[in-house]
Amino acid sequence: MVKYIKDRKPSEDNWTPYTGLEEADTLPPGDIYIPLEAWKERRQDLLTRNSRLGVILENTDDVLEIAKDLDRLDLVVLQFPKMTDGRAFTQARLLRERLGYEGEIRAVGDVLQDQVFYMQRCGFNAFELRDDQDVNSVLKAFDEMSVTYQGAADIDAPIWRR
Amino acid sequence: MYQYSQADHQLLLERVTQFRDQVGRRLKGDLSEEEFKNQRLRNGLYLQLHAYMLRVAVPYGLLSSEQMRTLAHIARRYDRGYGHFSTRQNIQYNWPKLEEVPEILDALAAVEMHAIQTSGNCIRNTTSDPLAGVARDEVADPRPYCELIRQWSTFHPEFNFLPRKFKIAVSGAIHDRAAVAVHDIGLRLVTNEADELGLEVYVGGGLGRTPMIGKLIRKFLPVHDMLTYLEAILRVYNQFGRRDNMYKARIKILVHETGEDEFRKQVEAEWENVKSSKLSLRDEDIEAISAHFKSPDYESLTDNDADFDNHLITNPEFAKWVDNNLELHKQPGYRIVYLSLKSPDQPPGDVTADQMDAIADLADKYSLGQIRSTHRQNLVLSDVKLTDLFDLWQELTVLGLATPNYNHLTDIISCPGMDYCALATARSIPIAQALTDRFENYDYVNDLGDISLNISGCINACGHHHVANIGILGVNKKGIEVYQLTLGGSAREDAAIGKILGPAFTGDEIVDAVGEVLEVYLENREDEEEDFLTTYRRIGQAPFKERLYG
Repeated sequence: MVKYIKDRKPSEDNWTPYTGLEEADTLPPGDIYIPLEAWKERRQDLLTRNSRLGVILENTDDVLEIAKDLDRLDLVVLQFPKMTDGRAFTQARLLRERLGYEGEIRAVGDVLQDQVFYMQRCGFNAFELRDDQDVNSVLKAFDEMSVTYQGAADIDAPIWRR
Repeated sequence: MYQYSQADHQLLLERVTQFRDQVGRRLKGDLSEEEFKNQRLRNGLYLQLHAYMLRVAVPYGLLSSEQMRTLAHIARRYDRGYGHFSTRQNIQYNWPKLEEVPEILDALAAVEMHAIQTSGNCIRNTTSDPLAGVARDEVADPRPYCELIRQWSTFHPEFNFLPRKFKIAVSGAIHDRAAVAVHDIGLRLVTNEADELGLEVYVGGGLGRTPMIGKLIRKFLPVHDMLTYLEAILRVYNQFGRRDNMYKARIKILVHETGEDEFRKQVEAEWENVKSSKLSLRDEDIEAISAHFKSPDYESLTDNDADFDNHLITNPEFAKWVDNNLELHKQPGYRIVYLSLKSPDQPPGDVTADQMDAIADLADKYSLGQIRSTHRQNLVLSDVKLTDLFDLWQELTVLGLATPNYNHLTDIISCPGMDYCALATARSIPIAQALTDRFENYDYVNDLGDISLNISGCINACGHHHVANIGILGVNKKGIEVYQLTLGGSAREDAAIGKILGPAFTGDEIVDAVGEVLEVYLENREDEEEDFLTTYRRIGQAPFKERLYG
């Protein structure tokens, strides 16, 4: 089972991913998140659905493509295919700072204790962990550093302008 | 010199605590080597051929005497009694033990030093002109801008996992002593017609397997926009830089493959979105940082001294050193002194703990307590009175730091090579030593004048051979170390990548080959004033090829 942290608390994940393998025209019940391509294809149909909606982006996707839909989206899932691939950091900042998105931004993939500090600064507020990861250590890591120099999604000014 | 704020201190303490925890988890086995690797590489800790190597940041090459004493202490207590200054003005220790690294970081933090972002795919320590603030050809002091970049780039949450490492250099003078053209981003302070201060922005320079000179992406960027513009460049790079092949991941490849104009368009478009953010610098932001780098209270002195002149006449050894290792200072009666780390007795860039302590004492006694490290792996005492030069020279001579070869043939840049490095395919230090032994004759070397010779022990080019007038690249060919010659490179304001001359030489042949190259230069130069590079550019490769392979 995947461990899940939201807003700095261990939480229960009620979202279901839409895989595209479902029967045509059928969708899982409840709150679902959908890959960008499928979202674009079935957008009209999905917008009227009676549930919360989310989108999962590849880290090469342009976040501006979902700009007009952000009011309807409660979740954007961003991916770290490897811990060394930092493209989703930029996606998260653009969502929060440029597009003003206030819903859940979730990090999935290689989400490691030593990275969540940077992730939260860029606007991530939810994290899927591997089953063997220690939730308490990860929770502590959010506060490992109290000093930040630059502005980001959490604070808009660099240290010399605060 | 920049004085740490409470926040700066706090950050170092927290970073040491965090790293101590990471080392602890590694030693217990809670962190895999792969996971730990990514953490230690964010803190300057490499695993080399024989041991760990710790690279300590020297922000823009500036050290206090107190910091130098701490570096000496670390060399003595945790290493084998020496350290190595790198081409990026940092210092490296080759033999630390993993379990002792947190202690080393404690010692560094006590004197406002660290190893943060000296490795890994993040923004590295910003480098600069070692003569910042004292050079006569200075347009503006680059150090405040370097410090602003240091703060902006330290633990930048968005740019800590870039496609590849990222190096920034800033120069504020007419002459480029910071090699800005071969950095991922090179900045040169310039003024416009209205006498406002701005920056030339070069992007995509670098050495390694695909050497490239940086492209001028913007001719004049007001200094107030420096950080927003850097943020825009880094954001474009983080999104679009290649991650499929580590040899094509540097920003130079992105600029090259995207095309200079299209890349510029992308940066400018992103910049439109961020240029009015709070990262935009106000006058008071720049002034507050600049206050840390105010000129010291120099004494009013005349620019000549009868005793000094007398020593010049009576002591030829002193005169040689004065000729080669001094630079004029913006303040009359002062000189800038290069301490050569290229003596015949030590590998290029190496300094012993005893030398470090002695240098710290000399800095206190003669040069306002500060030392600078240089891109060419030497040290500088930047504020020495003319009247103190003779005494200083005598002390440096005893220490083996007065070799009169600054910017001369034996002022060799060399990477550590196969004696230390896990990547190297050939030895470089022994070649540097063989060259130093062969060309020990002062008059010959002096006659050759201004010339650069750099050696790299593999194609990663840490020894900057591409941008040397004479470059040597060691490679391994079917189990044999062979050395390729490149000619015509430059790391200065006329930056150029050298061209390979022809088939490689063996380790035994390479020193003679360099000797032949020098002979061709001496035979062809128009007069003693014409330096090697000028002659080479005039006559081309042919006469050199003819001599070596004809």
